[in-house]
Amino acid sequence: MRPILLNGHTRALTTVKYNYDGDLIFSVSKDSVPCVWYSSNGERLGTFEGHNGTVWTLDISRDSTRLLTGSADNSMILWNVNGGQQLFKWETQTAVRAVAFASGDKLALFVTDATMGQKSTIHIVEIAKDSSKQTSKILNKFVIKGSKATRALWGKLNQTIITGHDDGTVCVFDAKTGEVLKSVKEHSGPITDIQFGTTQDYFITSSKDHCAIIFEAENLSIYKKFETERPVNSAAISPIKPHLILGGGQDAMSVTTTSAKQGKFEVRFYHMVFEEEIGRVKGHFGPINTLAFHPSGKGYASGGEDGFVRVHHFDDSYFKFQFPEERE
Amino acid sequence: MEEDYGLDFSDIEAQYAVQVPNTFDNIVVVDNVPVVDEAKEEKLLKVIRKIFSSAGTIKPDGITMPKNPNGKSKGFLFMEFESAADAQKAIATLDGYKMDKAHVLVVSKFDDIETFAEMSDEFEEVQVEPYVEKEHLKSWLSDPKARDQFAIMKGDEVGIYFNNKSESPDRCQSKSNWSDLFISWSSYGSYFVTIHKQGIALWGGPSWQKINRFPHPNVTMVDFSPKENYVMTWSPDAFKTPDGQLHNICIWDVKTATLLRSFPTPATKEKAGKENIFFKWSFDDKYVAKMTPGAQGAISVYELPSMGLLDKKSFKVENLMDFYWSPTENVLSYWTPEIGNIPARVTIVSVPSRNIVRTKNFFNVIACKLYWQSNGEYLLVKVDRNKTKTTTITSFEVFRMKEKDIPVDVVELKVSEELIELYWEPKGNKFAILTAENNNQTLNFYEVQPKSAATTSAVGVKQLKQVDAKNISSVCWSPKGRFCVLAGLKGMAGTLEFWDTEDFTKLGAGEHYMCTDIEWDPTGRYVVTSVSYWRVQNDTGLIMWTLAGQELTKQYITGFKQFAWRPRPPTLLSAEDQKKLKKNLKEYSKQFDEEDALESNKASADVQEKRRAQWEEYKALLAKFRAIKESEREERIAIYGFDPEAVNEDVEEVEETIEVVLEESEEIIE
Repeated sequence: MRPILLNGHTRALTTVKYNYDGDLIFSVSKDSVPCVWYSSNGERLGTFEGHNGTVWTLDISRDSTRLLTGSADNSMILWNVNGGQQLFKWETQTAVRAVAFASGDKLALFVTDATMGQKSTIHIVEIAKDSSKQTSKILNKFVIKGSKATRALWGKLNQTIITGHDDGTVCVFDAKTGEVLKSVKEHSGPITDIQFGTTQDYFITSSKDHCAIIFEAENLSIYKKFETERPVNSAAISPIKPHLILGGGQDAMSVTTTSAKQGKFEVRFYHMVFEEEIGRVKGHFGPINTLAFHPSGKGYASGGEDGFVRVHHFDDSYFKFQFPEERE
Repeated sequence: MEEDYGLDFSDIEAQYAVQVPNTFDNIVVVDNVPVVDEAKEEKLLKVIRKIFSSAGTIKPDGITMPKNPNGKSKGFLFMEFESAADAQKAIATLDGYKMDKAHVLVVSKFDDIETFAEMSDEFEEVQVEPYVEKEHLKSWLSDPKARDQFAIMKGDEVGIYFNNKSESPDRCQSKSNWSDLFISWSSYGSYFVTIHKQGIALWGGPSWQKINRFPHPNVTMVDFSPKENYVMTWSPDAFKTPDGQLHNICIWDVKTATLLRSFPTPATKEKAGKENIFFKWSFDDKYVAKMTPGAQGAISVYELPSMGLLDKKSFKVENLMDFYWSPTENVLSYWTPEIGNIPARVTIVSVPSRNIVRTKNFFNVIACKLYWQSNGEYLLVKVDRNKTKTTTITSFEVFRMKEKDIPVDVVELKVSEELIELYWEPKGNKFAILTAENNNQTLNFYEVQPKSAATTSAVGVKQLKQVDAKNISSVCWSPKGRFCVLAGLKGMAGTLEFWDTEDFTKLGAGEHYMCTDIEWDPTGRYVVTSVSYWRVQNDTGLIMWTLAGQELTKQYITGFKQFAWRPRPPTLLSAEDQKKLKKNLKEYSKQFDEEDALESNKASADVQEKRRAQWEEYKALLAKFRAIKESEREERIAIYGFDPEAVNEDVEEVEETIEVVLEESEEIIE
C-alpha cells in the first residue's frame, strides 16, 4: 500500500514510536515540538509545546495517557497526552539522551549526556499517579564509567537496565544497585538503537558500524548478526513474524557527496532466522533515523533525516510470504 | 691459575690469524716453455721477454730458467715483474698464449704453484647436493573442474582463491602482509608476485612456497617478459652499482634469480609512470629494447639472456618519440615528429636484419600514437594533424602487416571530433574508437576488411556500429575477442553494458557504482568489476558477472584493494583441435550443464538443511522464552497491578455509524 507521509516536523526526526494499542504514533525531531498522529490515516492529533531544543527521545505509558520526552534543552518533560499539557519538567545538567517508563509506569529512567565535564548518568525517578503530586526527586543515580550511554531500556520485570554506549558496548545494570552485571563490546561504532523483540528476553541493537545484532538479554550472547554497507541508525523486530527491519544510510554530513540512490536510504527487511534480506522499501531522501513496528505487526513507521515520517501498512502478499522451511 | 680447561680455541685462532704478507705477488711461473740447450737459451729468453713485455715491465734479470744437470732447460721459468698488477695482467692476457703448435704457455701465479703442489692426488668426489624436487608451477591447471584462480588484496591481507561462479570461492592460500604494495602475476600465471620494500618475491606451486627473490629497494614496477623468462623491476630510488653509477632498472633472469643487467632511467622530461615506456620486450623473449628519446634518440636492442647490444650498435633514430615491438614478430615500429622540412615519419624495421620494412611520411602532424593489434596483423597509427591554423583533424592509418608491401588504409574523423581512446579487439580485426564531439561522446566500432574484400571496395576499413556513449568512459574487450564491456569508470556512476560485437546486440546491462576496475578472466567467461580502496573509500568490493551481464556474486569488502585473475599459458591444442572442440561444443556443454545442475542441487540441499536447523533453533529459543514468561506471571502482575499479557475479553466492540451527506440535489418529480 502507498505509505502515508506525516509532514509536520521541520527538522530531522529523532524517534518515532507507536503507543501500546497502536492507534497513535508519537514523533520527536530536531525541531523542539513533539507530535502525535493517528496511525490509521496520518492525521495529526496534536503537538506538545514546551521544549526549546532538539528532542532526542520519547516514551509512552502503557495506557497512552502520559508521554515522556527528553531533550537537548537539558530537560525531561512529562506530558498529558490527552490535551498536550506539560505536567512536570525535570531540569538536568546536560542533554537527555534516553527516557523510558518502567513496566507498570510507576518508575521512569532518563540518561543524561556526557558533556561540559558531566559524566553520562542514569537517573531513576518516581512517576506519581496523581501528576499534581509529582516531585523532581531522584530515587537513584548511576554514574556511567567509560563511554557515554546513547540508549537505555528497562529490562525484564524492572530488574535490570540495558544500555547501549557510544563505543559500541552493551551493558546490563542492576536496576536497584547500579552494578554492572554484564558488559559486551560486539559493535565497533556507537549504538544507535535498542529495541526488544516479541518478549523482553531478546533485543536488537543497531550501530554506526554498519551492523545490527540480536542479543539474548539474559547473558548478552549473540543470536544473530546482520551486516550492511551503511551505518544502521535503527532496527526493529516484527511482533508477529520472524522479520526485522533496518534503517540508516550514509551519514547526513556526507550525503551531498553522492547521489540519493547511493546513500542507500532504504528500509531493509531481513529474515531473522535465515539471515537473508527479503525486501527493501525506498522513499526517504535522507538517512533513516528511527523505525518502529506497529504493535500488531501490520505496518511500520520510519522517520528520516529528511523530516518526514512514513507510515506503511503491509499488503497481503507480505503476510503470505514464507520460506518453505517455516511451514514445517 | 694455570689450568687447562680443555677448551678448543682453534676456531677463534683461525678467525684472528694474522695474514702473512705475500711477497711473491709479482712473480709468475710460465710453463710449457720449449726445452732448449744453452746455445738457444739466449734466443728463447729474448722471445719470451718480448712476449711478456706487452703485459708489463719485467725486472732486469727477472727471468730465471732452471736447468737440468745435462744443461737442458726444464721447460718452465720464473719471471719477476716490477709490480703485482703487471703480473696479474700477464696471467690474464698471456695464459694460453700459443708460441707454436706444441707450446701453449701456461702462466700462473707463483703462489698458486704451492697450492697445486699440495693438491691431493686422490680424486675427491664432488659433493652433489641432493636433488630436491620442485613443485609443479602449473599445478593449478590440473584442477579437475578447470577452474580459474584469482588473487584478492584487502586491507593487509592477500588471498588466492578458486573461482566457483556464484558459490563462494575456495581459498587456496591467504596471508596477512603478504605484499607491501600491490600484487601481480607473471605473464603465464606460473608465479605470483608480491612487492616489498626490499624487492619482489615470486611464489607458486600447490603449496605457495617462495620460489625466488629479487632484491631491488623500493621497487614500484614489475614487468614480466611475454614468455615469463625474464622480469624487469623499476624503482624511483636509484641504487649505486659497484662502479658508482646510479641505476633504477634491473633486468633479471626469473629461473636463476640472477641480475642480468641494470640501467639508469633514460634522462627525459617525461616521468616513467606505471607504464614502462623506455624498455620493451620482444614477443619471444629474445630481445629487450631500450628507447633513448630526443634529438640523440636511439633504440638499443639487447639480446637475452646475455644482455649484449645487438651487433654492438643501437638503431640511431633522431628525435625518436615512441616505439613498440610487434606482438608476434621481431619487428620494431617507431615514429619521429615533424621538424622543419622533415615530415613526421612512421618506420617499421625488422630485427635483427635491420631491414626497413615500411615507412610512411605525414605532414602537418601534431602527434602520433601507435596501436598494435594483438595478432600483429595490423598496426594502427593515430595521426593528429593541423587542418587549418585553428582546427585539427585525427585520422587512423591501418598498416596491413601481413600483406605484400604493407598497404595502408585510412579512416578520418570529423574535424570537430576528438579521440578519447582506441581499443583493439584481442585476436580480432575490430577496433572501437571512443570520441567526443561538443561534449557528446560516441563509440564507433570499425572492422578492417580482409584482403579480398579490401581489393573490391575502395575502403578497407568499414564502420560497423555507432553506440551512444554518454556514460561510457572505457571499453574492455574479452581476452578472447568478440565480447566487450562498455563501462563508465571513475565518477561516471559505474554504468556497465555487455555487448556481443558479432551482431552488435546488447546482452545485458548493469551498474556498479563508482566502479574503478574491470577484469576479464583469462577464459573470457567472467567479468569482475571492483571498487578499489586506492581510489574510492566508500563501498569497496567487487561484483562478478557472466560475459552476458548476469550478476553472479556481489561482495562489499572493507578495505578491498586489488583483484587479479591468474593468467593462463597459451593453449597446447593445435588450431585444428580447437576447431574440432568448437564444432562439438554442444556435446560438451550438455555434460557441463549436468554438472552444474548437480552442483546447484547439492548447494540448495545444503541451504535447506541449514535453514531447517536454524528454524529448529529458533523454535527452541521461542519455547524457552515462553516458559520463562509463564514462570514470571506472578511477578508481572505484582508490577502492573493486572496481568498485562492476559487477553482482555471484556473489550466491547463499539460500532459507530457516521453519516455524511456527500451530495444534495433537488429534482422535480412530475
